[in-house]
Amino acid sequence: MIAVVQPGLLTTIQDAGRHGWAHLGVPPAGPVDPVSHARANLLVGNDVGTAALEITLAGPELRTDAPLTIALVGGQADVTIDGQPAAMDAALAVPAGSTVTVGRLRSGLRCYLAVAGGLDVEPVLGSRSTDTLSGLGPPQLAAGHRLAVGQPAATGVRPVPPPPAAREAEQPVRVIAGPDDDWFTRPALAALTAGVYTVTPAGDRTGVRLDGPPLERADPGRELPSAAMVTGAVQVPPDGRPVILLANRQSTGGYPVIAVVATVDLPAVAQARPGAQLRFRTVDVDEAVEALQSEQAFR
Amino acid sequence: MRIRPAGDSALLVELDDLAAVHALRAGVLDAGLSGVEDVVAGARTLLLVIDPLTADRRAITAALPDLLADAAGSAVEGPLVEVPVRYTGPDLDEVAGLTGFRPAEVVRRHSAPIYTVAFLGFSSGFGYMVGLDPALHVPRRDTPRPSVPAGSVAIAGDSAAIYPQPTPGGWRLLGSTELRVFDPAADPPALLAPGHRVRFVPIT
Repeated sequence: MIAVVQPGLLTTIQDAGRHGWAHLGVPPAGPVDPVSHARANLLVGNDVGTAALEITLAGPELRTDAPLTIALVGGQADVTIDGQPAAMDAALAVPAGSTVTVGRLRSGLRCYLAVAGGLDVEPVLGSRSTDTLSGLGPPQLAAGHRLAVGQPAATGVRPVPPPPAAREAEQPVRVIAGPDDDWFTRPALAALTAGVYTVTPAGDRTGVRLDGPPLERADPGRELPSAAMVTGAVQVPPDGRPVILLANRQSTGGYPVIAVVATVDLPAVAQARPGAQLRFRTVDVDEAVEALQSEQAFR
Repeated sequence: MRIRPAGDSALLVELDDLAAVHALRAGVLDAGLSGVEDVVAGARTLLLVIDPLTADRRAITAALPDLLADAAGSAVEGPLVEVPVRYTGPDLDEVAGLTGFRPAEVVRRHSAPIYTVAFLGFSSGFGYMVGLDPALHVPRRDTPRPSVPAGSVAIAGDSAAIYPQPTPGGWRLLGSTELRVFDPAADPPALLAPGHRVRFVPIT
């Protein structure tokens, strides 16, 4: 059992997500940075998609009564085991009765703490993910919560492929134009790829809210009939300031979608801190899929 | 139909009307196309969520016109759900004022048609229904309520709905039902699905 001494700012349980229920209005939830989540799981010998902790900005203090193997991947923070510094991006042996602390993230917005065997909480609609929008699934961590841990895989810790190449600062986020790009003026489409957009503090697991050159609609009076949304959709509300949808978004929306972030670049968006500057560059679907293929081990 | 990529992991199909959306949805579900993970209806669109690494998007795209044509010819009526409603909603009088009808007439007109669930969205189990009497088309409230009780029976614009959970909401509340609209432990978890038909039954 893992006891939560102090929960951190927003710590939730995420597995691969609650997929296949969008037709009933259920958000997918799941990790907003699926690559870091996958890598943490692989480092402890779990399958990709095993339930792990998603830690946001400031991490928790946890105590375990049994020995554990854990790994932390994502935004960088100081980690200690019984007060001793421990490394991120590596499998860590945590002795019975010890305390693990994860401090304030120095970079990025989220990191993932995977435990060999996974977190054993009751699935809802087939998933152990905390849905911060609808409330489905386990609640976010609070002091006093106790988390059961599943049986580690018999194979134990396995070699893990090297992480994806680190993004260069200022590397543009790849987006695929549409499906509603024809709702926007030519200058708006140009602004999306020429402009600099700043991440505002108003984001959460449902999406990133950006400030920057407003994207003007060709016909301001026209309303989009509600349509299904996708993670990564760049939605444009009437004020013209784009919102990039993340994993815990609603399943449908009524704002036009000028472009969709390529899946391969979703982690970069999910890790962008308030104040970070994003630029966009359009790619076609084939280029986006090719880029994704190089990270196949993590999905 | 127009088929556009919605990023690298979905295809958005734009269709002429809701009947086409439901027909294509049925056709795609029956065909069991490899790599298609979810099929999500909208008011005039159908989204196919696909696995970007394994789905053959060109084959899927090519198959859609025939799937629509075949399914359109054999459309089946969705099941009928009867929803008992106590018409004591906080906005009933305001809707009466906006439409020029007495409250009892608003109730009569709201409960007369058989509605069709167009699609679900906004929150788990929230079904947007078409078939509302045009004389009852009123705009949303200027200011949404921070929390609408679960089971609230509501209208806005040309649509009707039942709020499944307490959420913020700007629709006009005509009444409430004790039916459980969304229960994650139930099979299926939602009372409604695209294509279901609904009749509201006034009770006291």
